[in-house]
Amino acid sequence: MLKEYKTVSRIYGPLMLVESVEGAKYGHIVDIEIADGTIRHGQILQVEKDKVLVQVFEGTEGINVNDSTVRFLGKPMELALSPEILGRVFDGIGKPKDDGPAIIAEKKLNINGNPINPYARDFPNEFIQTGISTIDGLNPLVRGQKLPVFSGAGLPHDDIAAQLARQATVLGEGQTFAVVFAAMGITFEAAQFFIDDLTNTGAIERSVMFINLANDPAIERIATPRVALTAAEYLAFEMDMHVLVILNDMTNYCEALREISAARKEVPGRRGYPGYLYTDLATIYERAGRIKGRNGSITMVPVLTMPEDDKTHPVPDLTGYITEGQIILSRPLHRKAISPPVDVLPSLSRLKDKGIGEGKTREDHADLYNQLYAAYARGKEAQELATILGEAALSEEDRNYMTFANKFEERYISQGYYDNRTIEQTLDLGWELLSMFENVELKRIDEELIARYMPRFRDKK
Amino acid sequence: MSELSKGTIIKVAGPVVVAEGMVGARMYDVVRVGGDNLIGEIVELRGDLASIQVYEDTVGVGPGEEVVNTGAPLSVELGPGLISSIYDGIQRPLDQLVAAQGDHILRGSDIPGLKRDVKWLFKPVIENGTKVSHGDFIGEVQESTLVLHKIMVPAGVSGTVEGLNEGEYTVEETIGAIVADDGSRTELKLMQKWPVRQGRTSKRRLAPNEILVTGQRVIDAFFPLGKGGTACVPGPFGTGKTVVQHQLAKWVDADVIVYVGCGERGNEMTDVLLEFPELVDPHSGEPLMKRVVMIANTSDMPVAAREASVYTGITMAEYFRDMGYSVAMMADSTSRWAEAMREISTRLEEMPAEEGYPAYLGARIASFYERSGRVVCAGSPERTGALSIIGAVSPPGGDLSDSVVQATLHVVKVFWSLVGRLAQQRHFPAIDWLTSYSFYKEYLAGSFEDKEQGAEFAAMVQEAMNLLEQEAELIEIVRLVGAESISANDRMALETAKSIREDFLHQNAFHKIDTYTPIEKQFDMMKVILHFHEQGLAAIENDVETADIFKLAVREDIARAKYVDYADKEKIIGITGIIDEQMKALYAPVA
Repeated sequence: MLKEYKTVSRIYGPLMLVESVEGAKYGHIVDIEIADGTIRHGQILQVEKDKVLVQVFEGTEGINVNDSTVRFLGKPMELALSPEILGRVFDGIGKPKDDGPAIIAEKKLNINGNPINPYARDFPNEFIQTGISTIDGLNPLVRGQKLPVFSGAGLPHDDIAAQLARQATVLGEGQTFAVVFAAMGITFEAAQFFIDDLTNTGAIERSVMFINLANDPAIERIATPRVALTAAEYLAFEMDMHVLVILNDMTNYCEALREISAARKEVPGRRGYPGYLYTDLATIYERAGRIKGRNGSITMVPVLTMPEDDKTHPVPDLTGYITEGQIILSRPLHRKAISPPVDVLPSLSRLKDKGIGEGKTREDHADLYNQLYAAYARGKEAQELATILGEAALSEEDRNYMTFANKFEERYISQGYYDNRTIEQTLDLGWELLSMFENVELKRIDEELIARYMPRFRDKK
Repeated sequence: MSELSKGTIIKVAGPVVVAEGMVGARMYDVVRVGGDNLIGEIVELRGDLASIQVYEDTVGVGPGEEVVNTGAPLSVELGPGLISSIYDGIQRPLDQLVAAQGDHILRGSDIPGLKRDVKWLFKPVIENGTKVSHGDFIGEVQESTLVLHKIMVPAGVSGTVEGLNEGEYTVEETIGAIVADDGSRTELKLMQKWPVRQGRTSKRRLAPNEILVTGQRVIDAFFPLGKGGTACVPGPFGTGKTVVQHQLAKWVDADVIVYVGCGERGNEMTDVLLEFPELVDPHSGEPLMKRVVMIANTSDMPVAAREASVYTGITMAEYFRDMGYSVAMMADSTSRWAEAMREISTRLEEMPAEEGYPAYLGARIASFYERSGRVVCAGSPERTGALSIIGAVSPPGGDLSDSVVQATLHVVKVFWSLVGRLAQQRHFPAIDWLTSYSFYKEYLAGSFEDKEQGAEFAAMVQEAMNLLEQEAELIEIVRLVGAESISANDRMALETAKSIREDFLHQNAFHKIDTYTPIEKQFDMMKVILHFHEQGLAAIENDVETADIFKLAVREDIARAKYVDYADKEKIIGITGIIDEQMKALYAPVA
């Protein structure tokens, strides 16, 4: 039934052209047996009459035109799934990488998935406590959200990702929680840090890892997030688990996509990335979410490094248009040894209003973060002004705000990677910092809430 | 027509399929592709070769499979049942897809756009024997509590009506017939079809002459949208484009809303789907959903259907406009639509223009926005309808020199510029008052019951705008030399400008009262702010220190006016009295 061909006619970049093929279908996978007997894997990118263009996941190095056999498997790429995948480590296309046995499939799923019908989605509105004040207090994460970390070379995104995986919990319920970690082109050290961290906390038992390291074949990375998400979908929607998916690093994924696009001589969009980068990223990111009537959920934290910390680079830019907000890391804060160095002002969680308030976190949460934001923004302006004019030139009001901004950075933002703050601690800390202002200044907070939560009034009672 | 041409696939590359043997095929004919019956549309012809953009995922399709031409262009079904529906980009009902296919969207669905099993109570409005032609009302269906669906004579049909009876019909059943002068007979149904890429015809276009009240202060007062006008909302991500679109969809005083989520987030569409049925229309007290048609082609759904989604939406909007209604269409985001065009164009190996976009990008955008407008509808009774379009644009990196932004600015009359700086300060809506513009300002006064009040409001808005301009200039000076060194009057101007920004322009979409401000309340709020300014200047004349003016307790009342329910409007109007009182107190030397 499987058709084999020895008609490879051209190999260029990560691509291979096979001729005189019958019955090939777009998107199906192939096995390529090369001269030394090893097997590589590929996927059909284009079929024109009897000519088939294949992308080779492991790269084309060592393949020759005459001695290679191409087997058309007649199906799209699938991942074998069973509850046994928990605790295991796989490579970038889902083959076991640890010493464990092969997975005996209870179910095989197409790694490309299918779009979730918007009508079947359930809205993400359950607050996830991450223990990180800048996230819980100002940019709350909710179940089913996709919230990327925009980082840069030399910034501690790995520590934050690990802290999230370690601390994220939903308040007040017993739950089955799982972590799916997909590494794309990151270093061995970064991957090992993560594995060690999960092992130390015992979380490894409920984790699945898909590892494609920096020296693994680049094209394999195209499949890695899809494979990881297929596993996540299985855990979330078939096994009712709440899955946190960490994709690290999406910039490497996009570069692999660009490599293929360039090899196909496609008309490039911005910075050489293909014009369909947005659509392609959307088919990955949009797999996060909740579905009505199912217990599980997929929450996604993609990590990406911005070349030269440039937010307008196509990868962070297009990601930001798809994801529900972003956590941006700040180099100046990192230099000041403030950790985690979350740049509060440009960071945003779009779903924050859905996951907070009475019954979820606390009634004062929304007004409080609005006020903290406004005050910190004002304080940052004063900080900048002070560097130009000198502190002495500031008005008393500006100086006040500057003091606030400094305190806010030292106490609220800075907490380290192992401090797990409850939401009440985070909120109360916010009030404590705001207590240096008069009520008139706190325009964004309801008067009643000020009376109820402001330390100076609370203490009087 | 009856002989459907068939062809054979020779090439598959992503969403584009090439088939040979497509004799007699026309551009934009809809075809069914391969064994799974995928829906596609012909976008290029070369001899008997047809390039087809396929509206569904093409994995598993290969050469040798059959392509069948349906011989008709991509069309939508128009009739009772549109309201409260949610469709994908080619009018497949998403709610019914869930029932048929489960939680994920699979391929090759054949569910029609309008439900076939629902009976609608049809009431004729004309007698049998009446001579009718295109666009004439023949009857009505009360589709929802908010929308009275007019049944109109389809295009290209005229003659004498017969057999029209009141009764309950499905959209496919015959409700009567029209006999033309030559004796040919056309059966009438509640449903008609219209090709999406072709604008629906009307008698003539009119210029907009009034504004569409939205309850959003910065929009209504400063940059209003005309009824039948066009607006664009560009901004980098995180500046609140979608919230602006949602707010408009919720509160705009139009009869029918068509909301197109084009290539945007799935969770956002779900938010709309779950929230709109709960929201109450401020004008009628009914659930908002009863006047909304929703199209959701999220970013992970097939790209070709995304390209079609804006056309599907505008065709439905035009259909309701033809009934004499005021219709507002929101498209979020037109950049995704343009990108879909680009993606298809790349696969067709067309020569690209700027940023890889096809050379016809500008023309397509312009002709889309030109389908807006106030028109005298075809047919009798004589009536005017209006279709306003609000398009969001998502420029890469927030760069307004982007091709899509530029092509859009060529045609739209209102520009709401969202900027990251304001969003970071949590000033929402983050519409920049200095760079935004509207060509419909002159109609602002007319939106008040009391035209004199309207004229006064327009004058106040102009004064506020002047203060904001002045602030932009002064702030540079203050940066350099400090606030102490400018005149007291200038300090007052700065303080008032700040008050305009924080107490008027800033509006909280998630606050139950602040989310919608009636235009009369906008008047009162503005009046109070400017009254404080006048009285402040007068106090300065009388040697009162600016610092004392700025510290007055009444300022807190001004700041909180936006949260006052307009039922208590005395509470806002009363602030002017308190201002006078507290200012006067500053004059009197303490004895």
